Amino acid sequence: MSNVDLNNITKRFKGVTALDHISFDIKNGEFFVLLGPTGAGKTTTLRLIAGLEILDEGDISFDGSSIAPLSPAERDVALVFQQYSLYPLLNVYDNLASPLRSPLRKTSETEIRKTVEDVAGKLRIGHLLKRKASNLSGGEMQRVAIGRALVRNPRIYLMDEPLSNLDAKLREALRIELKHLQKTQESTTLFVTHDQIEAMTMADRIAVLNQGNILQVGSPYEIYDHPATTFVAQLVGTPRINLLAGEIHDGNVLIKDSEVKFAVPNEVKLPSSFTLGLRPENVHLDDAGEFSGVIELLEPLGVETILHIRSGKQVLLSVIAGITPRKMGENIRFSIVHERLSFFDKEGTRIVT
Amino acid sequence: MATIELVQVEKKFGDFHAVKPVNLTINDGEFVVLLGPSGCGKTTTLRMIAGLETITSGKILLNGEDITDKPARDRDVSFVFQFFALYPHMTAKGNIIFPLQTQGTSRSEIEQRLNEVVKMLDIQYLLHLRPGALSSGDQQRIALARALIRRPRAFLLDEPLGALDADFRETMRAEIKSLHLRTKATTLYVTHDQIEAMAMGDRIVVMSAAIVQQVGTPAEVYHDPNNMFVARFIGSPGMNLIPGTYSQGSVQLPGNNVCPVPETYRSTLDKYGYDKKVVVGFRPEAVIPSANGVLSSQVYSQDLHGSYTMINLSMNGEIIHGRVERSANYAINDIVRFDIRPDMIRFFDPETESAIKAEVRNV
Repeated sequence: MSNVDLNNITKRFKGVTALDHISFDIKNGEFFVLLGPTGAGKTTTLRLIAGLEILDEGDISFDGSSIAPLSPAERDVALVFQQYSLYPLLNVYDNLASPLRSPLRKTSETEIRKTVEDVAGKLRIGHLLKRKASNLSGGEMQRVAIGRALVRNPRIYLMDEPLSNLDAKLREALRIELKHLQKTQESTTLFVTHDQIEAMTMADRIAVLNQGNILQVGSPYEIYDHPATTFVAQLVGTPRINLLAGEIHDGNVLIKDSEVKFAVPNEVKLPSSFTLGLRPENVHLDDAGEFSGVIELLEPLGVETILHIRSGKQVLLSVIAGITPRKMGENIRFSIVHERLSFFDKEGTRIVT
Repeated sequence: MATIELVQVEKKFGDFHAVKPVNLTINDGEFVVLLGPSGCGKTTTLRMIAGLETITSGKILLNGEDITDKPARDRDVSFVFQFFALYPHMTAKGNIIFPLQTQGTSRSEIEQRLNEVVKMLDIQYLLHLRPGALSSGDQQRIALARALIRRPRAFLLDEPLGALDADFRETMRAEIKSLHLRTKATTLYVTHDQIEAMAMGDRIVVMSAAIVQQVGTPAEVYHDPNNMFVARFIGSPGMNLIPGTYSQGSVQLPGNNVCPVPETYRSTLDKYGYDKKVVVGFRPEAVIPSANGVLSSQVYSQDLHGSYTMINLSMNGEIIHGRVERSANYAINDIVRFDIRPDMIRFFDPETESAIKAEVRNV
């Protein structure tokens, strides 16, 4: 396993800039997630590391030495794709063994058996070893595809949306398995996804990518609590963050077209107008709350209920635990947690606090 | 306005049983969701009500009138598939009023109804645009307007949000629900997404393997699932279901754990039988870590979800999800002691997978 360093890399396709001078590093043993919408440049980044694309500018190094001169095979990375590519006629055992049987490696069959059985056990597919790949379910196939990467001990695992073809329940289960494996083996992993839940739940650190630019690199806590831009703020968290137009009135923060008003937090210097970011879990139903509103919509999800609270012309989302006995149309009072607010300027950039 | 009734409605395609006999009443003004995994029979059920699929046996009533043999166009229900089916060469307005024009509705009537739906959906600024110039969310608003303008007696929606990305789905979900609150039109909505079903439905019909597993309010299917399928399917993640053995007031769980049985279930389980296999079910938020907890498990992994943290515990290989404070910080293989909120414990018979319902319950 290796430290991986991306230094100022740029990639263009026929004059279109897919990646624009991006830099980040992945530490040895880290689970690093590239998060962004379709077309952000996530897969391109991964393919550049693998050597499947050639850089236009910048450099990538493993443990301090540039990998530019190395062919894809020499880079010693293991790839897992969204579309699981297995040999349909081979059984699970041979599918898992085949990366080790490459002529470059010369691993003994005894050693191969040991490794395959070990990995199969970890991925809970030990009972499927004799099954033909074409007779597996989608979830089982993706476990085998991941297993084909895990049998090797590469310098980095590169995973490109490996869970997105699975249904929600399988995705949940496999997410937990993958994270457990990565943490117990301390393997260096770059995981690409557009799914913020995968990014939040699995990553040690996340890089948010949009239109070929990195908007923020940070731990899930940092990304969630201190988003660098309004784009990042909206990308993570369900239900999504409330982004509200705000202005300063007599030393108070006022949310436009609503009755929500409070003193400017001490440490913040705010321009006259700005955008305020308020996570729904920080809007509390509170009979002694400072603000009044009407419940316009209730969405009972089971573990929690989403409330759409109207205050003036604004609607704020709030989340409360459980299924509430409250009714739509009910007048309520609410309060907000001031310490957990984010402020953004006209361009959507975080105002540093 | 409409009440829809399904009486022993059944569908076979040759030897394949797509929908086993179902009885269901959708009340006037109600929003009912048909929920289940792909292939469970939910879309077939909807298509039978629309008249797009013949029924093998049983009957369908609309306001008490038997419409089983009525052709689709005479049923006065509006069917919305994926919302994207707009005519690309027509403006949004042209698309919306098209159904009325083909019916030969008078121009003044069309104008009046158009104004009505435009106001309801707030789409005045989109009317002159062609579908190609609209975002996917706006295209769906136009398709909704086209369904609304007919003033059908009922709406049948088949996975209308399926093609949208997660963010948009959240927005449209709320929009459709508030639209329903304003129109109070009887609505039957098909989805495979349990979050959508919970958020939108007055009642949810959970289907699996061609059979209706449960009909209930969101609170009922969440807190009192009829069986292990519903328990697993509703919630993300679903209910924890841990196999054990019942004996005198407690259940023996893996790893020498003993789970006390709440008073409300005692007599029921005593009747169920001693030394009998039983499955203990509880939602992730019912896991309460505590230094003196009666149960113990090993941390398998832990993940932050923003506003909370999920700890995944291994009880001798059985994975238990616990939804805890976001500040929780465990290391893999730590031993965690915890209790299960007694009011949230449920029991299931592993043979039939059915819930063992308490005779006495103080909820």
